[in-house]
Amino acid sequence: MATQAEHTTTNRRDFLYVATGAVGAVGTAAVVWPLINQLNPDASTLALASIQYDVGPIAEGQSVTIMWRGLPVFVRHRTEAEIAEAKAVPLSDLKDPQTDEERTKPGHEQWLIMIANCTHLGCIPVGDAGDFDGWFCPCHGSHYDTAGRIRRGPAPANLVVPPYEFISDTLVQIG
Amino acid sequence: MSEHSTYVPGNAVEKWLDDRLPVVRFAKAHLMDFPTPKNLNYWWTFGAILVMCLGVQIVTGIILAMHYTPNTALAFDSVEHIRRNVSGGRVIQATHAVGASMFFVALYVHMFRGLYYGSYKAPREILWILGVLIFILTMATAFMGYILPWGQMSFWGATVISNIFTAIPLVGENIKQLVLGGFAVGNPTLNRFFSLHYLLPFVIAAVVALHIWALHVPGNNNPVGVEVKDSRDTIPFHPYYTMKDLFAMVLFMIPFAWFIFFAPDILGHPDNYIMANSQVTPAHIVPEWYLLPFYTILRAIDFNVLFIDSKLGGVIAMGGAMVMLLVVPWLDTSKVRSGNFRPMFKWFYWLFVINFIGLMYLGAQPAEGIYTVLAKVCTAYYFVYFLIVLPVLSRIETPKPLPTSISESVLGKNAHA
Amino acid sequence: MFKSKFIIAALAVVVGLSSVSAQAAEGGAPIQKQNWSFGGIFGTYDQNQLQRGFQVFREVCASCHGAHLIAFRNLMEPGGPQFSEAQVRALAAEYEVADPTADGGVRPAVPADRWPSPFASDQDARDAMGGALPPDFSVLAKARGVTDPFPWWVTNYFTGYQEGGPDYIHALMIGYHEEVPPTAPEGFVLGDGQYYNDYFPGHAIGMAPPLSDGSVTYEPGEDGSTVPETVDQYGKDVAAFMMWMAEPHLVSRKQTGFAVLLFLGLFAGLMYATKRKLWAGIEH
Repeated sequence: MATQAEHTTTNRRDFLYVATGAVGAVGTAAVVWPLINQLNPDASTLALASIQYDVGPIAEGQSVTIMWRGLPVFVRHRTEAEIAEAKAVPLSDLKDPQTDEERTKPGHEQWLIMIANCTHLGCIPVGDAGDFDGWFCPCHGSHYDTAGRIRRGPAPANLVVPPYEFISDTLVQIG
Repeated sequence: MSEHSTYVPGNAVEKWLDDRLPVVRFAKAHLMDFPTPKNLNYWWTFGAILVMCLGVQIVTGIILAMHYTPNTALAFDSVEHIRRNVSGGRVIQATHAVGASMFFVALYVHMFRGLYYGSYKAPREILWILGVLIFILTMATAFMGYILPWGQMSFWGATVISNIFTAIPLVGENIKQLVLGGFAVGNPTLNRFFSLHYLLPFVIAAVVALHIWALHVPGNNNPVGVEVKDSRDTIPFHPYYTMKDLFAMVLFMIPFAWFIFFAPDILGHPDNYIMANSQVTPAHIVPEWYLLPFYTILRAIDFNVLFIDSKLGGVIAMGGAMVMLLVVPWLDTSKVRSGNFRPMFKWFYWLFVINFIGLMYLGAQPAEGIYTVLAKVCTAYYFVYFLIVLPVLSRIETPKPLPTSISESVLGKNAHA
Repeated sequence: MFKSKFIIAALAVVVGLSSVSAQAAEGGAPIQKQNWSFGGIFGTYDQNQLQRGFQVFREVCASCHGAHLIAFRNLMEPGGPQFSEAQVRALAAEYEVADPTADGGVRPAVPADRWPSPFASDQDARDAMGGALPPDFSVLAKARGVTDPFPWWVTNYFTGYQEGGPDYIHALMIGYHEEVPPTAPEGFVLGDGQYYNDYFPGHAIGMAPPLSDGSVTYEPGEDGSTVPETVDQYGKDVAAFMMWMAEPHLVSRKQTGFAVLLFLGLFAGLMYATKRKLWAGIEH
């Protein structure tokens, strides 16, 4: 009955169908994205993604553990002897070669800031311990030196240095 | 179930699957080829809209549950946390809250459509009863969901409604304690309502599946109310009704979006922004609008009948109002389905609609003065409509002549136009 | 016939939805609606007003009222008072918050911390305030409303009127009388430690008039413009700030809403055209 009319309107009809389908697809995507995005860390979590910490009160030879993004972080005020010891180690002795300078900030070498989870399986190493005067992980026997570098044991890598910077002489911003 | 099947597996894989689990055959028969009366109007799109509403509530609800804490000390703040801190949380939470209201708008339209066009009549009684069951389950789900934000209305709504159980003679108090998990609404109540509020939507979805199954046995009713005679009366569900339903859904989303983005709190009560306090009752306790007609019927019985005191009487009346819906297929025995062909029924029907809106309005008013009188009158008409008007009309009314088939009625309409 | 059905259905929806209108202010005088910058569908917060409102809150209200859902960082977020990060950091550092991991259990606040409450508990607050609990401000602006007489509240669903809370708060600020006025209900007696307010439900409020003309000093704007230092202006500013505290994402929410409604309008048009084309050959 309407075959002739159908022929003449085929193009317009196809275009209309494609356009409607395309707009519908865009709309669906615009709805789906926020439903997924809500899984991301919320604003109150993100507000703690970056913290400021005043290292001033930490005496030489002492370390404190602070929390950052749910992880414990060691902040150690190293002694001259510890710095000298760390710098004296030849890179060839290291399993995960990194100089002491690479693990501290210039002008602030006395401050060592590291995430306090052993790179083996995540235990928290004990400070002022081990065969290298640094840290010793009691879980599986990893020894770290005075720059937090892995020296012996099953851990594959040095203790992780988080992104941080000194925004004043003693104020550190981590993250 | 597969009598309409025209599915021919296109290749070996489809054939292999079809021999083992004919899911494609099933979907083709029931979601695509299903023969549907060609004369359904837009009131028939609300079934699809309701499926969308259920989907929206389940998806947004699962998301909200990821951030919500069902504990009396933390619930209120955790809802605010969703609104303030979670990415897109303000809109997702508003969608769920507004979505409850939109769900009931669609639900009431769908039910009143069924009442007008006689969709509950044989052979669709089970279909109708399953629908009433969905309605009751949805009210229960919405009620429990309203408790979760743990505002003043949440708390006092739960307190008032749970006291309904105490109307039951002898064991009422025990049942109330069983439901609340304590002597008053408290942390155990909140926790179990959260659990049930999460569970019930999936029960509803299962009953919806049965509802659609029951629909696909006799097929759709239609505005003329004459059964499908032959293939000239029908068109395949897809693409004709899929497209029409999708269009109606998009239209429905416009007021939905208006409320979400421009007036998300207007459908709620300001008192629910005050955290629950068991020592202070709000000046007016008002349930959500969609429960108001039944709330009015509950309150309207303020007199004792013989040995039944007013409290139990109110509960019986409210329960009876739902029982009326369940038994309406046997109260209205008129052979003519569609209200279009029932000149007297029409008047009583529209009066019933206005009466129902009146019940809704009265539920939000204080129970005093003229309002209590009107509440009794409206409650009376609600029951009179089902128990007297429908049975009597079935006997005395002379319906207008029916078209012999759907296609005839369609042709006749277009000839006039 | 068909039209009338639609009208009845629409009426059913409207009446149903609107029968739970805001009724928080009953028992008080009718409240004058204000012209808020954030009212209506195009409304946005006035950043300067929010900053002034914050000043009033901080200098006056915050000594008794908490706002425990507000974090200092919120004050620098877009759509709000939008102080600079340095300002917020400095502001936060003036406050102490409880932190069990810090020496002595307290430390200076940082932007991520919530606004500290003036009292340790509600009971402490009651004891200090002669039995009346100063409500927390976090969502208070949405916990109050005004009642419109029938049938005017119906229009609120179409205008999206959501400013009953600020209207009420502003009215409360200007509604104090030094003594019980002749307009008071017959036989009205003011109790000890109570004050007469036109708009408070029941008129007897436990809060002394918190503001007086000139009690908060506003800095002139960069262009030298000044804002009147009156109770009326303070009331408006603090009410606007409280609305922002209660609904911090109002601006972005409405912006998204416009995009969504425009999209739905376009999509509905396309869908309708598609549906018509599809059904063109069907008698129905």
